[in-house]
Amino acid sequence: MADLSVDICNIKFKNPIIPASGVFGYGREYEEFYPLSELGGIATKGTTAKKRTGNLSPRIAETTAGMLNSVGLQNPGVDYFIQHELPYLLTKNTVILANIAGSTPEECAEVAEKLDSTDVHMIELNISCPNVKQGGAAFGTSCTMAEQVTSAVRKATAKPLVVKLSPNVTSITEIAKAVEFAGADAVSLINTLLGMRIDIHTKRPVLKNNVGGLSGAGIFPVAVRMVWQTANAVKIPVIGMGGVTSGEDAIELMMAGASAVQVGMAVFTDPYAPVKIIQQMQNFLEENHISSVKEIIGSVQPW
Amino acid sequence: MKYVQGNYPIIQKKAIAENVFSFTVLCPEIAEKACAGQFVHILPEGFSLRRPISIAGIDRKNGTIRIVFVIKHKGTQALADLHQGEYINMIGPLGHGFTLMPNAQHVILVGGGIGVPPMLPLAEYYQEKATVITGFRSFPQIILQEDFEACHAQVICCTEDGSAGAMKGLVTTPLEQLLSEGADAVFACGALPMLKAVASVCQRAEIYCEISLEERMACGVGACLGCACRINRSGNEEFLHVCKDGPVFKAEEVVF
Ligand SMILES: Cc1cc2nc3c(=O)[nH]c(=O)nc-3n(C[C@H](O)[C@H](O)[C@H](O)COP(=O)(O)OP(=O)(O)OC[C@H]3O[C@@H](n4cnc5c(N)ncnc54)[C@H](O)[C@@H]3O)c2cc1C
Ligand SMILES: Cc1cc2nc3c(=O)[nH]c(=O)nc-3n(C[C@H](O)[C@H](O)[C@H](O)COP(=O)(O)O)c2cc1C
Ligand code: FES
Repeated sequence: MADLSVDICNIKFKNPIIPASGVFGYGREYEEFYPLSELGGIATKGTTAKKRTGNLSPRIAETTAGMLNSVGLQNPGVDYFIQHELPYLLTKNTVILANIAGSTPEECAEVAEKLDSTDVHMIELNISCPNVKQGGAAFGTSCTMAEQVTSAVRKATAKPLVVKLSPNVTSITEIAKAVEFAGADAVSLINTLLGMRIDIHTKRPVLKNNVGGLSGAGIFPVAVRMVWQTANAVKIPVIGMGGVTSGEDAIELMMAGASAVQVGMAVFTDPYAPVKIIQQMQNFLEENHISSVKEIIGSVQPW
Repeated sequence: MKYVQGNYPIIQKKAIAENVFSFTVLCPEIAEKACAGQFVHILPEGFSLRRPISIAGIDRKNGTIRIVFVIKHKGTQALADLHQGEYINMIGPLGHGFTLMPNAQHVILVGGGIGVPPMLPLAEYYQEKATVITGFRSFPQIILQEDFEACHAQVICCTEDGSAGAMKGLVTTPLEQLLSEGADAVFACGALPMLKAVASVCQRAEIYCEISLEERMACGVGACLGCACRINRSGNEEFLHVCKDGPVFKAEEVVF
């Protein structure tokens, strides 16, 4: 058996596969399919300081090889998360990344501070949500804002801090360097690309929010490119995601420079996708006589 | 493990009206647990999102469920192209179904168009204690009348144009008449305007009513928060989720 374990910020993951924030809730639903301990980690639904109700429906639109969503960070708030969801998740023998967001740097810091006194393993700061009016994407598209919000959160917590980047930017490497400078321990990318669908019979956008975030297999090449560019620009580890649907995709993203891989909308097509991907990675490594998955991280040989 | 996903064989395929198909699928694990009002989440091959389809029949003895669907667009077209003997990828049974009331003397089931099929498991349960009101646009859309009759339920069929010798008009006309004689409960599924009308008729008559809602879904299990609907429970309006908290809700809770 090849060794699938990876280390990020001194946290050991038994394998590199992590269901992405927002697609997996707090794990309870998917636990009805398989034990959560099979996963390398879980990134929980984005948590804000106070409860948020999210956007009006429809929040979902299908696209070729993907989907749009405009959920808008519906969540019960950090206090509820800490009391009712986190303790349960922490018994599941897998790494928990608490994904957080906010409208202001102060709100993000407040959430991080509350999580700092829990046993959560890592904090993933989302500076890239395209579905909320304030904060969210605005943080992720300006180097100054990205730096500000990262340093505010950095001051609020000693936990390993992963900053999740938006692909809706001119230069992903500039933003990545800004958050590295501000104290991020790792970066994760990519969040969804801003998109839109229109029902041509009613002339109405499919999403009530008009626009939403594009995810799924269709965005995979963009993810590979951005992970590769980012991994070459920063010294901190990169967690890759965006359109991963198979073990081969996960291997490709790791070759591009990712130390671990998150799996998002693939779980909607197949709830077993994360566990199948782990098995497929294992098969690939064995067939190619690679003893540890760590060997493939950043192993692409560019022309 | 509450949910199952798998590839299950279609053991019978029937075209029952224009663009409407009935599949009987062999899936003992799903049949075992399924309740009236629940749905299965079906992946048409080559698509990224699954399609929610109501369970229209549960046969525990033979380990089968039945689904009845209309071709709406590409995904349901792909399902309709499947043949008997081929496999269908489903997750199920999902959602919170209709309340079964063992002591009820008379219940009314209201189905509009492609909202008619999920009424069938209820008719099987309530048998002669059920009156089924079905509404269709016109003659070619009429489905499942014999199936309801086979359950010994009273069946009333309405068409908007009065075709097929049916009662002309909307389901709410016979519903109002029946409710004036009282009933223990009304269960309904159909387009939103119909559900809204049924809910308000029931509210006026002070009769308990449950309705089945639709929303676009991704996960189907309550994890992604994609299928939000506005529900007013205990005085607080909040977004609940059609796939897990529903699809069936108490009509009085739904904010239309
Ligand atoms: C709980 C529930 C039960 C249902 N039961 C039945 C049934 O028994 N028989 C039946 O014929 N139809 C049923 N529907 C509607 C059915 O899901 C849609 O007609 C179908 O998804 C359309 O797919 P499409 O690819 O043909 O259409 P498209 O318009 O191409 O679909 C694009 C996307 O929108 C979604 N979508 C489109 N229309 C609807 C809709 N009305 N509700 C939810 N999602 C939609 C699709 O799932 C897909 O993700 C049900 C819907 C829900 C929510
Ligand atoms: C329904 C849905 C909800 C999401 N919610 C969040 C969220 O709350 N926080 C976050 O950082 N990312 C969120 N995302 C983005 C994903 O975590 C991921 O970055 C993106 O979907 C790309 O990966 P994929 O193509 O594998 O889905 C969400 C994505 C989807 C589809
Ligand atoms: S479809 Fe994911 S929560 Fe309902």
